[in-house]
Amino acid sequence: MLDAIFGQGDRNSLTMDKPHPDSLLDTSVQGVISRPLDRVDGPFKVSGTATYAAEYQIDNLAHGVLVGAKIGHGTVTAIDASAVKAMPGVIDVITDYDTFIRNPQQGGETTAPTQGVKEVGYFGQIVAIVLAESFEVARDAAQRLHIEYDYAAGAYDFDANRDQSETPPASQIPAHYTQGNVDKAMTQAPVTVEATYVTPSQNSAAMEPHASIAVWNDDALTLYGSYQMPTSDAQQLAKSLGISEKKVRIIARYIGGGFGSKLGIAPESVAAAIAAKRLGRPVKAVMARTQVFDATVRRSNTEQRLRLAAGKDGKLTAIGHDSLTSNLPGEDYFEPVGIGTHFLYRGENRSITHDMVPLNLLLSGSMRAPGEAVGMIGLECAMDELAEKLGFDPIDLRKANDIDADPEKDIPFSSRQLSRALQVGAEKFGWDQRNPRPAQRREGEWLIGMGVASAARSNMLQQSSAKVEIHADGSATVSSAMTDIGTGSYTILAQIAGEILGIPVEKIRMSLGDTNDPPAAGSGGSWGATSAGSAVYLACELLRDKLAKAMDVDPGELTLKDGQAIGANRSVPLGELVGQGMEATGEIKPGKMEKAMTQASYGAHFAEVAVNAVTGEVRVRRMLGVFAAGRVLNAKTARSQCLGGMTFGIGAALTEDLIHDQRNGKLVNRDLAEYHVPVNADVPQLEVHFLDERDIYANPIHAKGIGELGISGAAPAVANAVYNACGVRVREFPITCDKLLDGLPAL
Amino acid sequence: MKFNINGKTHDAEVDVRTSLLDLCREHLGLTGSKKGCDHGQCGACTMLVDGRRINSCLTLAVMHEDSEIVTIEGLGQVGDLHPMQDAFVRHDGYQCGYCTPGQICSAVGMLGEVEKGWPSHASADLTAVELSDAEISERMSGNLCRCAAYPNIVDAIREVAGKGDRQPVLEAAREIGA
Repeated sequence: MLDAIFGQGDRNSLTMDKPHPDSLLDTSVQGVISRPLDRVDGPFKVSGTATYAAEYQIDNLAHGVLVGAKIGHGTVTAIDASAVKAMPGVIDVITDYDTFIRNPQQGGETTAPTQGVKEVGYFGQIVAIVLAESFEVARDAAQRLHIEYDYAAGAYDFDANRDQSETPPASQIPAHYTQGNVDKAMTQAPVTVEATYVTPSQNSAAMEPHASIAVWNDDALTLYGSYQMPTSDAQQLAKSLGISEKKVRIIARYIGGGFGSKLGIAPESVAAAIAAKRLGRPVKAVMARTQVFDATVRRSNTEQRLRLAAGKDGKLTAIGHDSLTSNLPGEDYFEPVGIGTHFLYRGENRSITHDMVPLNLLLSGSMRAPGEAVGMIGLECAMDELAEKLGFDPIDLRKANDIDADPEKDIPFSSRQLSRALQVGAEKFGWDQRNPRPAQRREGEWLIGMGVASAARSNMLQQSSAKVEIHADGSATVSSAMTDIGTGSYTILAQIAGEILGIPVEKIRMSLGDTNDPPAAGSGGSWGATSAGSAVYLACELLRDKLAKAMDVDPGELTLKDGQAIGANRSVPLGELVGQGMEATGEIKPGKMEKAMTQASYGAHFAEVAVNAVTGEVRVRRMLGVFAAGRVLNAKTARSQCLGGMTFGIGAALTEDLIHDQRNGKLVNRDLAEYHVPVNADVPQLEVHFLDERDIYANPIHAKGIGELGISGAAPAVANAVYNACGVRVREFPITCDKLLDGLPAL
Repeated sequence: MKFNINGKTHDAEVDVRTSLLDLCREHLGLTGSKKGCDHGQCGACTMLVDGRRINSCLTLAVMHEDSEIVTIEGLGQVGDLHPMQDAFVRHDGYQCGYCTPGQICSAVGMLGEVEKGWPSHASADLTAVELSDAEISERMSGNLCRCAAYPNIVDAIREVAGKGDRQPVLEAAREIGA
């Protein structure tokens, strides 16, 4: 779909149809790849000079404040703007019943999301924007704006509407997959587990609220936005506004976190664009934190029925993972709960299904590690339950079910170090200190326990391109519509270019987050580093060939180091070889390797928790993760990604719970005081280890996604530790003290 | 009105409802201080006012004509970073960077509080405060970081406070030969 805008020309393109056994990153000698370099954008971030979406200094800016519907389902019948328009400083109140977007768009889509805001599909849906000369006036006017509605009955209660569930169309995975006969295997196996796990809606809660500044220049729109995937976001925006995608430029140099919530466009972008057009002046629209909760995107709640059947040897004969999630009527995205279950363990009988209840709650979409983040909770807690029934150590059980080929598609894994990660983690964590019997270890009024879970996250490659230029002064510029949402893209892309071209990282200028630069898939699904990184690799590979030609040597005889091209007994500064400058564009596309191999990154999570025997309070005391995700591009930023994922897991296990009022769908806890993301005191000094690995089937840089691996399995490790500590198995997440109290052992 | 920010006098005409945060961000072009919630819940807007850390979204600009205000821009700039800013870079005490200016201002203010002997919930002895990791974490818990750089933030602050330099990332890098 992106082909049309990727264009042709002098470029180095690669479709991953074959393994790529050799990588220039292994033969280059600059010595910067993988090293724990400080972020190249770090000094700007710590000094407050990195510019986020709402911070561009633009003349004659009108301040826009969005207004959300105060009903859960129905129709807007009138917006009476006369009173607020009379307020000093108010410029206008604008809505466009047809064009304003009702739902945000999912990531990577190239079409407009559901539009039309006269119909209200969920509480808080954005219906208008108030424009004023100052933020204070706009906010005041927005709060006073009088809107009339026709109320309609809505579906807000998951349990009450479960009989309305539907099977959604296939997405990344089929909605329903069955192999063999799980029911029969369950009746025949000597040991089985059947349990239902429930996880609540969650919010990405990136620290920067969604924000857009819209600036029109004749019929061309520049939108300074906080978006993870500018290339496809610009297409979504163009389609929403009914203009050519060539007329939309998105600039997203710095993005204050996304975690999925900024994959597709959100309501403030279209509202700002329409308002700016109507007013004939630039408009800034920043969502209030409550609006980020109300009207962007949530991770769906899930109900997961787990069925495991095993022989006395611990080997699984059946896995059932049947899930029920929710989304708005007409939206077909489903949380792919069982995505990791497809390939993690053996078992010839399998049922992995996804059904969805249509509800009038804000859009469900991707949040960090869609699928695995919550699906691994069900699977890995059930594995813990099975281990106890079998009398197996939980690590031995997982090792007994490790496999060397995909259990559903007769194809190998591209690389997989699950058992080794479990083994290494067990040694480093001191797993042998764990008492397999729960509630045995006490320290004063605290009960101490340990838990483990496997980590797995499917690996993806997305079509992406990047341009690399070597300038006459020997410096270089890397440009791409790729983004850095905190992941470290600026740094790792500079390291890839610096390594291959032999240019010190400090002499490489990075330009990311601008759709005027070569298109890229952006940041999401942990594909960013590998996709954009491969594009940079390919551009540098072509530049290397050009430099060899300029040196009149075979590329294999050329060494590039510290700004010098060395070959045929000569050492020439790059600046001299490139004349006025030399450039190349690289482009990577997924190919046959995607289907020929099951690609994923793996690891193991270990947690030690303390449960207060009096209050049920849970404290995470230690946590350790071992991860194998192909080549680590920067040990510092990769480790930080893992810390972040593990902490998301602590939140999912213990505190995060988005609560919908069952009478109207309104979010009860729609701010950061009531929706509890982990704070500093909730997180101990987490320990992260990597296993050395290269994946030659994934891409030419031999790396796999890491940003979401750290969350996949983190929550069940904590949950299993809670069980080991106090003997209470909570299957409804998060594990708050009220759910533990009744079952705690006597003091 | 006149405001003393980062040692300079700024003139601005503000609405009585304008927060100190919006004065800086919307009127003075000082966008280093961030707005994450506008409700005093996330700490991204933390500044130093008369030497104390405060949530600048929860105070009105008109209350601060006589205050000495230091924002992240005033602590240090690229090429001349404050030791706390420098430590955050080296320890990777951030990812997306949006909470970072608030974290750094908060950390500087917090060390001042410890120096004065102010105890916290984590203090074992209310009369003799020792800056442990638990103290740092407790005192920094008003500054949310969704990227969750918390362990690295603690490492950065501990180093600046002279309480020991741990480099877990070097260990992780060594294991893969990087």
